[in-house]
Amino acid sequence: MSELRDLYQEVILDHNKAPRNWGALEPHDREALGHNPLCGDQLKVTLNLNDGTISDIRFEGSGCAISKASGSLMTEAVKGKSLAEAETLFESFHQLLTGDPSVREKAPPALGKLAVFEGVREFPVRVKCATLAWHTLHAALEEKTAPVSTE
Amino acid sequence: MGAMLEKRQASSGRLDVESVRADFPIFEQTVYGKPLVYLDSAASAAKPRQVIAAEVECYERYYSNVHRGVHYLSQRSTEAYEAARTKVSRFLGCGCLREVVFTRGTTEAINLVASTFGRQRVGAGDEVLITGLEHHSNIVPWQMLCEEKGARLVVAPIDDRGEVILEELEPRLGPRTKIAAFSHVSNALGTINPVGEMVAMAKERGIPTLIDGAQAAPHLAIDVGAIGCDFYALSGHKMYGPSGIGALWAKLEHLEAMPPYQGGGEMITTVRFEKTEYAAPPAKFEAGTPNIAGAIGMGAAVDYLHGLGPAAVAAHEEELLAEATRRLQELPGVRLIGTARHKAAVVSFVVEGVHAHDVGTILDREGVAVRAGHHCAQPVMERFGVAATARASFGVYNTRDDIDRLVAGIAKVKEVFA
Repeated sequence: MSELRDLYQEVILDHNKAPRNWGALEPHDREALGHNPLCGDQLKVTLNLNDGTISDIRFEGSGCAISKASGSLMTEAVKGKSLAEAETLFESFHQLLTGDPSVREKAPPALGKLAVFEGVREFPVRVKCATLAWHTLHAALEEKTAPVSTE
Repeated sequence: MGAMLEKRQASSGRLDVESVRADFPIFEQTVYGKPLVYLDSAASAAKPRQVIAAEVECYERYYSNVHRGVHYLSQRSTEAYEAARTKVSRFLGCGCLREVVFTRGTTEAINLVASTFGRQRVGAGDEVLITGLEHHSNIVPWQMLCEEKGARLVVAPIDDRGEVILEELEPRLGPRTKIAAFSHVSNALGTINPVGEMVAMAKERGIPTLIDGAQAAPHLAIDVGAIGCDFYALSGHKMYGPSGIGALWAKLEHLEAMPPYQGGGEMITTVRFEKTEYAAPPAKFEAGTPNIAGAIGMGAAVDYLHGLGPAAVAAHEEELLAEATRRLQELPGVRLIGTARHKAAVVSFVVEGVHAHDVGTILDREGVAVRAGHHCAQPVMERFGVAATARASFGVYNTRDDIDRLVAGIAKVKEVFA
């Protein structure tokens, strides 16, 4: 049960139930679709840019608790951040989930609330759920037109 | 065989589940410190020692290539491989060995038919009919064929119970319908289709039919003659046999008229650079060295099921289905997807407010293996307005205790997501 509690932390359950920044921005500067073909999860990210920073961002779609909470916490984390800061955050987040557990150190402080996803590393098949929103954001920033896939 | 029947069935003809479970080494373990409850047989069934032993014996005692050698081992391998064909043909109730082609599985069997028989028969403006219940493997090969030929894929809808609406099926069997392909049992919902009736409707109009029997083989006694179909596809791994082996049964007249599927060794009589003469079926459709040990293992799985007795297997699974259905229906916030009147032991469900993957992960940590997702049947999910379901599917080794553990696991899901 403890590993399950590590995965489904209160913060994650709360963001699953009441995702922040839910919906689509109209109009918007950038958008991307994300798809996890293994489970059918689909996300759409829309965002506005102002002077090289993400001034506003929203997401919507269907997915499990991990992917919804991840989208919600991601939008909170990157709002107001520069594009470079957002990409760096994605890298640290990815490292948190997939890094070698034996050499792992504590989550870097820059991750802030995103550290709640640390428990996902014990559930390798769920890593893609947690990173789907981030891959979608990355595609939006890169102005990729084809939907991004976790596969 | 008589002794085996006595061993497996009490005088009432019931399955002796404890003795069945002892045949499956995979249950001799715990996962996350809990005894394994395996409720994912519809994805792939566990393997009994008898099947494993048949493969091991093949590799250790007599393995060699088939149909090629003059030497002792090759003859023994060929005999065992062909004996497996005989077993599969009897399992399907067919009398002619030449009508059974070994394939990699159901998917390859359907692709074989689509790309040979289908290519010959379907032209621009023609139609291929399937149902709204199909697994992707009985959709995509036909879609590819239709795309190539400029033909149309027509879908007979299903109702809220997850049954094919026969009144909707019939008018879709038109003069342009060149092939109709139906699942015998739905993998996502467990619906048992009235295939005899469906085939008869097609037959009346001279339309050939293919039945996807992947999910039927482990649960039902199959008689291709009684069904009346032209093609029947099945997989070894769903019926307690090895993965990577399956079979296509087809009427000999079709196999004789169809072009080969793949070219290579084994499927020829003579090869010259100017012209190659093809072998007679089934060799014509078995190019290259086949999955020899896999076929022998599939034969052993047929023997195993036969030893248990189809009636005892069916009765056992019906009991589990009724119990699981009743118990899950009692749970508040749990909705069953697929409530057909005739079902195999498959229970697809959603837990209110919780995505199927989260249900699957939590059940997994409770030692209960279920499938969570779209079950390679996205159109079925769409029909019921869900992205995914959790699916518990039962086999000969499952017990009422397994249902208790499933129900307890769902309680844990609710606790985590309270």
